[in-house]
Parts: sequence; C-alpha cells; structure tokens
Amino acid sequence: MMASSYSAKEEDGLHSGSAGLGGAAIRTRKPDNTAFKQQRLPAWQPILTAGTVLPAFFIIGLIFIPIGIGLYVTSSNIKEFEIDYTGTDMSSPCFNCSQSFSWNSTTPCRCVLFFSLDQPFESNVFMYYGLSNFYQNHRRYVKSRDDSQLNGDERSLKEPSKECEPYRTNENKPIAPCGAIANSMFNDTLDLFYIDPNGTKTQIPFMKKGIAWWTDKHVKFRNPGGSNPNLTAAFIETAKPVNWRKPVYELDTDPENNGFINEDFIVWMRTAALPTFRKLYRIIQKKNNMTPTLPRGNYSLEVTYNYPVRSFEGRKRMILSAISWMGGKNPFLGIAYITVGSICFFLGVVLLFIHHKYGNRNNSSDIPN
Amino acid sequence: MTNQRLKHRSFVFQCTHSLNEFCSLANSLIINYKCGGDEKRVDSRTIYVGHRPCPDTEAFIPSKFCDNRIVSSKYTVWNFLPKNLFEQFRRIANFYFLIIFLVQVIVDTPTSPVTSGLPLFFVITVTAIKQGYEDWLRHKADKEVNKYPVTVLEDGRSVKKESEKIKVGDVVEVVEDETFPCDLILLQSSREDGTCFVTTASLDGESNHKTHYTVPDTEKDLQALTATIECEQPQPDLYKFVGRMHIYKQEQEPAVRSLGPENLLLKGATLKNTKKIYGVAVYTGMETKMALNYQGKSQKRSAVEKSINAFLLVYLCILISKAVVCTTLKYVWQSKEGQDEPWYNQKTQKEKDSNMYLKMFTDFLSFMVLFNFIIPVSMYVTVEMQKFLGSFFITWDKDFFDPEIQEGALVNTSDLNEELGQVEYVFTDKTGTLTQNNMEFIECCIDGFQYRYRDTQSELDGFTVTDGPVNKLQQKEKEELFLRALCLCHTVQVKEAGSEVLADQVDGIDGLLLQPEEERGFIASSPDEIALVKGAMKYGFTFLGLESKRETLLFCKGADSSIFPRVRPEEVDRIRMHVERNATEGYRTLCVAYKQLSAEEYAMADTGLREARLALQDREEKLMAMYNQVEMGMSLIGATAVEDRLQEEAAETMEALQGAGMKVWVLTGDKMETAKSTCYACRLFQRGTELLELTVRTLEDERLKSWSTANQDYGFIIDGATLSLVMNPPRDADASQYKSLFLQICQNCTAVLCCRMAPLQKAQIVKMVKNSKGSPITLSIGDGANDVSMILEAHVGIGIKGKEGRQAVRNSDYAVPKLKHLKKLLLAHGHLYYVRIAHLVQYFFYKNLCFILPQFLYQFFCGYSQQPLYDAAYLTMYNICFTSMPILAYSLLEQHTSIEILLDNAALYRYQSALEIANNAMLRWHPFLYWTVLGIFQGLMFFFGVRFLFSNPALQDNGQVFGNWSYGTIVFTVLVFTVTLKLALDTRHWTWINHFVIWGSLAFYVFFSFFWGGIIWPFLKQQRLYFVFANMLSSVSAWLVIIILILLSLLPEILLVVLRKPRGPHSRQVYFSLPFPLLSLNSSFLPYPSYFLIFSLIYILFCSSFILHHVLTRCDVTQSQPITRYLKLYSYVKQWLVSLLVAGLH
Repeated sequence: MMASSYSAKEEDGLHSGSAGLGGAAIRTRKPDNTAFKQQRLPAWQPILTAGTVLPAFFIIGLIFIPIGIGLYVTSSNIKEFEIDYTGTDMSSPCFNCSQSFSWNSTTPCRCVLFFSLDQPFESNVFMYYGLSNFYQNHRRYVKSRDDSQLNGDERSLKEPSKECEPYRTNENKPIAPCGAIANSMFNDTLDLFYIDPNGTKTQIPFMKKGIAWWTDKHVKFRNPGGSNPNLTAAFIETAKPVNWRKPVYELDTDPENNGFINEDFIVWMRTAALPTFRKLYRIIQKKNNMTPTLPRGNYSLEVTYNYPVRSFEGRKRMILSAISWMGGKNPFLGIAYITVGSICFFLGVVLLFIHHKYGNRNNSSDIPN
Repeated sequence: MTNQRLKHRSFVFQCTHSLNEFCSLANSLIINYKCGGDEKRVDSRTIYVGHRPCPDTEAFIPSKFCDNRIVSSKYTVWNFLPKNLFEQFRRIANFYFLIIFLVQVIVDTPTSPVTSGLPLFFVITVTAIKQGYEDWLRHKADKEVNKYPVTVLEDGRSVKKESEKIKVGDVVEVVEDETFPCDLILLQSSREDGTCFVTTASLDGESNHKTHYTVPDTEKDLQALTATIECEQPQPDLYKFVGRMHIYKQEQEPAVRSLGPENLLLKGATLKNTKKIYGVAVYTGMETKMALNYQGKSQKRSAVEKSINAFLLVYLCILISKAVVCTTLKYVWQSKEGQDEPWYNQKTQKEKDSNMYLKMFTDFLSFMVLFNFIIPVSMYVTVEMQKFLGSFFITWDKDFFDPEIQEGALVNTSDLNEELGQVEYVFTDKTGTLTQNNMEFIECCIDGFQYRYRDTQSELDGFTVTDGPVNKLQQKEKEELFLRALCLCHTVQVKEAGSEVLADQVDGIDGLLLQPEEERGFIASSPDEIALVKGAMKYGFTFLGLESKRETLLFCKGADSSIFPRVRPEEVDRIRMHVERNATEGYRTLCVAYKQLSAEEYAMADTGLREARLALQDREEKLMAMYNQVEMGMSLIGATAVEDRLQEEAAETMEALQGAGMKVWVLTGDKMETAKSTCYACRLFQRGTELLELTVRTLEDERLKSWSTANQDYGFIIDGATLSLVMNPPRDADASQYKSLFLQICQNCTAVLCCRMAPLQKAQIVKMVKNSKGSPITLSIGDGANDVSMILEAHVGIGIKGKEGRQAVRNSDYAVPKLKHLKKLLLAHGHLYYVRIAHLVQYFFYKNLCFILPQFLYQFFCGYSQQPLYDAAYLTMYNICFTSMPILAYSLLEQHTSIEILLDNAALYRYQSALEIANNAMLRWHPFLYWTVLGIFQGLMFFFGVRFLFSNPALQDNGQVFGNWSYGTIVFTVLVFTVTLKLALDTRHWTWINHFVIWGSLAFYVFFSFFWGGIIWPFLKQQRLYFVFANMLSSVSAWLVIIILILLSLLPEILLVVLRKPRGPHSRQVYFSLPFPLLSLNSSFLPYPSYFLIFSLIYILFCSSFILHHVLTRCDVTQSQPITRYLKLYSYVKQWLVSLLVAGLH
C-alpha cells in the first residue's frame, strides 16, 4: 500500500566526517555529503492505488450514510413553525399597519395574527424573527459601526468613527450607538398568547437573555462609564439614532440588559450573511417535564408594528423552532452526507468492478514490460 | 577541432614567417568566401603619436576622442532610485500591483491599501537592494580599472597617471605582467627582436602566448619620433585591425608602414615574457575592442516564465470580466426601486454628490481590488525563491564534484533550472567536450609507409605497400623531411621558467634550427601541435646543425582537404588511404607537404607578401591570394595521426540523452571523418543509422548512394561550407525554402553532425533551430572560447570546466566539470525542477482561483456592494502564511520519481506514466484548464456548500445564529484545508520537512484564527472576527460541513490518482469507461430539485474535468520521411557548391 524508502543517512555522514579529518589542511570545495544537500532525505512515498482507495471509498460510504441518515432524521424531527406578518396582502391583519406606516407617528400600530400548532413543541422553543431582502451584508452597511464606541470607549462616544456616516451625528450631537446597523435595529415587539379551547388568552413567558453570544455580551459590548449604574448620565451629550423611538439607555429596565449590552441590540449588530436571515428573538423555556412548552392548539401573535419593510419589498416572519445538537432545522447536511456517502459507495463498487475486470489484465501485461 | 582553425586565423597575421598558416588559411578560405565579406569601414581616424604635429600635414588638429574611462555600471547615486524603480515597474506584474495599490489609496475600496502595498513594497525593496549591491560591485570594478596607475611619456619624462586619463595619441609604458590600459600600437619593446608576448586569456580565453611586433623602422628614441597613424574606426572584431603609419624623418620622404593586428595590443591582454614596451594609444575607453565586445549577457527567459505570463493574461481577463459583470449587475440591481438606497442604509452626502459615471468607474476599480488576489504577488516571490534555493541543490550535488579540478558544478543563473528538464536539442562541441582534448601522437605515415610509435624507435609496420619505393636512402631522406616539417611547422613555444622563450615561430624558409629541450612544458595554440612535437621527440629527432645546401624548403601542414588540392595528385592516393583509415578510427589527421623554392621564387613570394600586408583594404584577400599562389604544386610527404580520447562516459551520456528523446547535434570545427568517427564512438550514430551526407566531399562524388527507405534511424552530416551555402544562398530566391528544407531534414534525424564550423555558424545553427516551429528548447554545451557564441545563443548554455580557459564557463548558465555530469543535470535535476515548478505555478493559480471565486459569488448575495467575504487578515495572510510554505517545500523537495530511477530510465524525461512532460506539457493549456476547472469546482463547492448550510443560520445548539463573518470563516477554513490537503495528495515524497510544513501550516492557521479572534485588538477599527472562529468550532454543523466539503472537493482528485496508476496500454481504456456510468446515477436520486441541481452541477464539472484532462493530452508526433527532402536539398547544394568551388580555387 504505502511504499517507503529510507536512505542511509547516518553512514554517509560518518564517511564525510572521516574524510574531512584527513584533508583538513586543504579546504576543498567538495560539497557536503548530507542527506538534505544530496536530496536523499528519508522520505515516505505513499502511492495511492486502487487497493488503498477502494476500502477508503467503502469506509467513507459506510460512515457517511449513517451520519447522513442521522442528520436527516434529526433535522426532520425538529419542529418549526413560521408565519409571515409583513402585511402585504389585503387579507393580512397587519395590512393596515404596513400601509399607514410613518416614522413620526407617536401611537404604535398593533396587529394580531392567529395561528394554530398541530403538534406540540416539547422542549425549549426558540423564537426568531426573519427578514427577507434585507441587505445586512451590504458593504456600506457592514462597516457603518464603531466597535470601540460599543466597547464603552468614552472618546468614541463623544466622537464616533467616520465610518458611521451618515449616521454619525444628529443636531451636532454624536449619535450613540452610531452607524447604519444600529440605526436600523429591528424594533417590532412580538408577543405570543396561548388561546385556551375555552377562549382565555395566556401570555407565553419569554426569556430575553441568552440570545447573544456570551463573548459579545460580556467582552465586545460594554456600556460607557464602566460599572456606573446610571446609564442616562453616561449617555448624556449623545443623541439617539435617528430612527429609534427611544434612546439606547431605555432599551430595557433590567440594567444587565440595557444600553449597549442589550441582547436584542447585540444580536442585531451581528450582521447576517445573506439577505434572507433570521435572528434569535426570545427563548421560551420549558417549565416542567409534564407539560409541553407549547401545547397543541390556537395561538395569537400580537405585533407592535414599528419596522417598515415595504419600501424595499422586504418580508417579516416570526419563526418558532426547536433546536437540536446540530442547531436549527436544516435538511441540507443530512442530504449532503447521504449523497456523498452514496457516491463513495457507488464509486467503490464501480472501481471494484473496473479493478476486477481490467486490473488483472493490466498486471499480466505489465510483467513482460 | 574547431578551435584550432579559429586560432590559425588569428595567428596568420602574427607568424609572418611561419608557413603553416598557408594551409590553414586555404582551409578557411572556403568559409570566408561563403560567409560573405565583412563590410569595410570607409572612415578612418588619424592619430598623432605623442601629440606632436607633423611637418607634412597642413595643421595639427587634435581631434576629440573619448577618454579612457570604462563604465559598466548602470546607475549613479542620483539616478538609482528613479531609474531602478522605472526598470522594476516595467515588469508587467509589478506595474499591475502598483496600479492596484494606487487604486486602493485613491478610491474607497473594500480592502485597505496595506493588503497589497506591503507585499509590493517588500518585493520592490528586496529587488532594489540586490540590484543596487550588484551595481555597487560594478562601480568598484570600474573604479579599479579607471584609477589604475599607468606611466605615460610626456615630453621625454615618464609621468604617472590614472588609467582613465589616457588620451588617444599618448605613448604608454607597460611592464611585464601588466594588462594594457587601452588598445596600443606597439612602438618599442625591450626585447632585441622587437617583439613582445601577450596572453589574451581574459579576452578570448586563449592562454597561450602570442607574439606581437613593433612597427618596423620606428626610431629607438621615441622622443624624436614624429609620426601619424591612420587607422580604421573602432570595430569589435578582435582579430582585425588595419592601419598605416606615416613616419616623418627630417629631409626624407615620409615612410609608410602597414599596421595589422600583429602590431596592436588589446586592452585587457597581459604582457608576458617581455620587460617593458612602449605603445601609442589608438583606441581608448569605451572604444577599445574589449569594451566593444563587452555585452551584458542578455536575460534569458525560461519557457515557464512565458507560460506564467500567458496564464496571467487569462487570469487578468477573468479578473476584468468578473469586475465588469459585477459592476453591470450592480447597476441593474440598483435600478430597481428601493434597492440602491433603502431607508436603513443611506448614502453619505459625498456619495450622493458624485457623478454617476465616475461612480461606475470607481465601482469597477473597487471590484478589481476586491478580486485582485487572484493574481498573487506572492507567486512571483515564491517562484523566485524556488529558483534561487533550488539551484543550490545543483551546486551541492557531490556527483558533480570532480576530484581532478577540485570543483563542483556552478550555477550562474538560477532562472533556467526548469529549462533543463525541457531540452529537445543538445548542441555539443566535440573537442574538449565529447573528447578529452588530450592529444597523443599515435602514428604517422611517410610516403605511404606507416610508422607507429614503439619504444622510441620508428620502424616499419606490416602495413607497407609492396610496390612502394624500397629505396632505403630515399626513404630516410623523406623521413627526415617529414620530421623536420613536424618540428618546424607549428606555433609551439617552450615554456621555461626564467629563461627566454626559444624556438617559436620558426622560420621555415631559412631552415633555422630548432632544439626542443626535453622535459619542458610546451604551450601552443592547439594541443595537436604539442602532441606532434612530443611525438617527434619520441622518434628521437632533434635537429642539430642541419646545414642547408642553400635550398629553400617550404613546409606546409594542414588538414587533408586543404592539402590535397595543392599537391600532385599522384602522391595523394598513397597517403589518402592511411589518412582515411586513421580518420575512421577516430584519430585526428594532418598532412605534411613541402616544396622546394628557388631563390627567385622566394624573393617573389616575399615581396608579394610584403605588398599585400601594406594594403589598407582587402588585405586578407590579397594575402590569401598570394599564399595560394605560392602554395601550388607542393609534394606530399606524409600524414600524422593524433588520438583524442573520448571523455569518460561520453557514450553512455549521449545514449542517455538520445534515450530521453533529445536530438544531439555535434557542432565541430574538426573535419568530417574525425568527427564522424567520434560520433560512432559516442554511439550517436549506430551501426544501423542511415547517414545522409551533405559535404563538399560527397558532392564531388558523382554517384549517389541508394537509400533504404525502410530505415527509421537517420543521421545527417553537413559541413561548414555547405551550411553557409544553405544559410546564405547566393541567389536570394528560395533562401527560406532551403533553410526550412534543411531544418526539416535535421529535425527528423536522430543525430546531426556539423563539421568544419566557424563559431559564428554554430550560433547560427542554434538560432535557426531555436526559432523553428514549436520553438524547441535548445541546450549548448562546450568548453572553449569558440563555443561561447552558441552557449549564449541557446536557451540553456552549459560550460565545461575544461582545458581551454574559463571563457565558456563564464558565459554559461551552468558549468559542470565533465560531460558525464550532463546526464544527471538534465535527467534528474532538470526533470525534477520542471515538474516542481510546473506544479508550483499551476497550484498557485488554482489556489487563488478557489480563494477568490467564493468572494465573487458572494457579490450576488450582498447587493454587489464589494463586501469582502473574508476578513482582511485572512485576505492578506492566505498567500503569505497559510498556504505558501507547503508549496515552497514541495517545489524544493518533491521527487515524484526517485533520482536513481530517473537516471536509469532516460525515457522518463519525456513521459511519466501517462503524464507528459516534454514540450512544456505541464504548463500547456489543457493542464491549465484542468487546474482552472478544479479551482472553479472547488470554489463553487465551498461557497454553495456553506450557502446551503446558512439557509438556516441557527447553527449552534443554543439557538444562536451566525453572521457574515462566520460564513466567511467557514468558507476560508474549508479553503485552507482543501488547498493544503490537495497538495498533500500530490506530494509523492514526504520528508520530515513536508510533514512539518503541511501539518504545521494547518496548525498555524487554527492557532492564528484563535489568536486573532481571541483579543480585542486596539488598532483595529472593527472587531469583526472576535470569537468567530471559536464559536464556529463550537457548532457541530460547522464541523460536519467543513469535513464533507473538504472530502467532496478532493474526491475527483483522489479518483484521478487512483485511475492514473496503470502504466500499461490499457490505462486509457479505464479512463474513458469511467465517467459515463457515473452520469446515469443522478437521475433516480435526490429528493429536492434544488439539491438535484447542485449535485448534477458537481457531476458535470467532475466529469468534464476528467474528459478535458484526458481528451486533450493526446498529441501525435508524426515521423516523416527525410529522404525526399534530402535529395532535393542535395541537388540544390551540389549545383551551387561545385560552381563556387571552381570559382574559388581558380
């Protein structure tokens, strides 16, 4: 399988050494007789042959197909529910909100969507909001932020980076947080209610924390003024982003989730890779082992419609998803593994066939040569 | 022997009294006739010796000549920076990177100028330092020459001056062992006879002593000398000089003396065996013959470099088209309502204000910058490093070490390493290269009787002809004459430490005495002559007091072809048989003839020669005519045979070269029979080789051999005279036709022998082959100064550190001590270098294509906004750190086949188990296409694999999502691993260095990514990669996708490796049977139509790469019949040559 050749390096070294003693007086220009200089370094010379690769193909096939099946099964077992609440259709409850949107309106527009779950969500449920045709990965957008400001740097708070233009200052006051990303933070409020068969609405409790990367929350993003609890004072002399309804220090009442370390904000600041994306909004934690997190039945989604997407033909979705060890629902990996495993197995069979049929003839014809 | 003839040419003018040049001149006559006369210079310059005005001339006008300063340096302190930068940016690659850098500085581009500026700055600085250092060395050398103190006679006093201050007309004093500071006319020598000795080793590599003569009749007192010199304008031919000296004496007619090259002392030559000379400067500084001959070695460029440039153009086109596509699509996309400037992503005021067309242009430039990594600066650096470091393996190779001269191989240029693996034509010199240039006198033949050296006694061999004259007395006389001729007719000098040089340039006419003393070193222009003199000594002949009976004998020695026409035909037949037999045995033969001259005849010849020498124009022709006139009707005495042994392993080497598919041409100045026998001895011509001869001899022969057309093995022999006829036909019609006819014959013969070649003709032949169709790679190997022209002309020039000086070595690209080393140099080193560098180049383009392709594809998903997929650190480090070391190690250490096997099977030089190597095959378009397709395939895999994974970016088990930088990092990780593992798959020779570098750079990538993402870097504006890599590794899905993408990308390669294995004839069948069953697979498979689409795309690429790679590798070489072409050329040449010969001889 693997042919190896090793040359006698040490012996050669000895020879040159002893020769050097005799002719020490005459400094000859004879090249050193080392394995490296003579290109005789001991080397492993692998030769891939049908004999080596055929078993490898079968092994890959045999490993990948079960992994693929496992992935595929896992993925299809993940329950996912998705509802579009953009309100482009006349029939949609959010149609009015989407039509009558204005930045200046003081009263928030609300709409309620009803849906039912055919199957219960047994474990923790992760609630995502999804946006489509929203280019968070546009270059002008991606670079429009100031990471040192978000890291609590006082100087950058007073004087944000040039990259934040045109969302750098407002009325001669520096914007905090500056830049297009922060300015366009998703600000719809989504509330989920379970409607009992008898008609009573119970609000599903959400968890706001644990939706952002731990390192982002604790290292990358920091409020200015250090541990000073008075955020309002820290952000004095700054303006709120133009499209925000409230300043950054009023994002949440919980001081651990307010200001720059607000997790909704942090999640938004991690720019998505593709124009259609989802971001983690809330986590619905399992209460106990007895009842499912979200039982079968009817639900209502109450949306505070603040975020306009019609101007760029965007879409807004609410996604409820369970999560497995491989993340969210995605059949791609399972299919890919099954496919590659099958290709390898199939190629193994074909190669075996070829090898069997032609290989012998090759060998016999090689001998006279 | 080529050399000999060349030297004779130069000596002709010096040895005015020796007659041996008669023959050699006649010998070169034909060539001179055919080569076409050199153009004559009408202009001449007048020099006033010692700046003294002459009474005769109207007015003393000191004319302006250039000073004696030599400038070989290129730069001065002031112009170094601009000039060097200009030179460097003239290289297309450097200029391109400069443009990219400037664009990055000026335009708002996605990547910072540092990413391209830093590598460019590095490359430019290193090159500038190297060139600056080299120029500093040149400055130093110039200064040494220019400031060298010389003694100049001024108004009767000796004045010390710096060499650069010498003016034309100055009288300069030179003492023994000094070099001449400029071209001088010898006025006075400390030697009694008005001669001086000179070696021109540094000019033409000839280390023997040459005699130069003072101008006759110049006064002893140089102060009183009033003279003018009229001579031609400076010209580069070292062996030509025509001038006239007018010497004015009081109340006398001015005497006119002719000046020839024998009076001219060249700058650069060294005075030997003469205490002191005085000379007047005629050419100074850059007008000296040495300076005119100095030419910077023209830069040889390898075929690989040309391929790189071609590929670069392709990639430039890809780059530009990518940028154009992206720019166009960007504006199409933007034209849609709300896309260009949605509310969440407003433009700055500046962007809004800028002109739309300007914006388009800057967008285009931005895309160029974004994709510019597809043409990597690092490739140039890596290729240069590979060449530079790789050439050390040649110098280090102990097999090239020759214990005799205590030296190994020498590498003068490392640019041509890979060219050594591509050679198709080998042009070799014979003497000193194929043979040892170590002459031994074997036998002689006097008057038809053969004498062989045995125990210092000359005795009759059993070979004597019975009907020959048995008159002992007469025989004895002949013997005596013969040996006298041998002793007299030569240029041998006896080297004796301290004492005067004795017995040189013996005057044959007066029968002067020669007393060669035993056990002394001999120096001569050609080793033949030493062998002959030594041979004569062995016979015990020392000429003692051979008193002349007032008869004048003219001795003449030369090649049979030049002697035979000058002697009585009836004498020829007896000797000819011996000569031819000796020649076929591989001996070098010379014939000796003599003629008795009466006093009148002598006087006539003497005056005739004197007159001819005074002529300013056509001097050579006049001299030759005179010599021809004198040399008629001579009688032949005998012939000599001298053996020149073959070099060690010459035959094996030649066989190996031919086995490797190279065509070996022997270009020699030697005569046909000798050269032919050497060829047989070297196995260049085999027993079954059909020889096609096109020489003066065969043309004289009326009958034409009948050819057996069944034979496939042809050898071709042509001589210099015929060749010049082919190259420069007298009629300008059909000139190119015969040339191409000649070329076609030669290309179909396994071996070609060109004999009787002038150095210039050697170069001409090399040039002709070099420029022929398909521009094959040529290699010249030689050891002497006469090979320099062809060494410089060929793609690769190899010098042999032989006996004929270092000139060839200095001008060569590589120098080896022996011919036998050529085998390993080509078959092992050259072959490996070629495979290495070809792989290096292809791999570099491939890895940058699949690096940039995902970035290009990403533009379709980010609104064509030039958003980079990878972080700037990854963009910069990819070529510098993550993927550069494995390929460098590979390109230095790879031995896909071990050196022993390569040396044993010469055929591997061209083909290697279905892998073609000859004709630059690994860098032609189909392998390039294959690599490109592979790169595209992998790039698509990387991007779309991750793209489908990211259709749900919630990839962590805590439900958190990944952003765009995670996307890029996953793609980049797959990329780095795939590209490195691809190289690992290609590596056939895993030394510890390969292991270290391959696994080391992967480990380094992981380490670096952790490190780069582990810290909030204070100098970075954005912490894009903060913990991105660590988070990626915490996701199982990311791991799984990385693994499967790497595997899937390498799958076609693994398959190819498996299927490439068989060496037998069936390998091709296996190949073609494979792709088609695969195609039928995907029809009944895959649930989702989108996935079906993706995988069928993969399959199509997969299969097309197979098909393309193997359909295109077929290249048929058809062997055509050279016979018909030969006959055509034969009849043409014959017709012209015969008529020309007739015209030349009568």
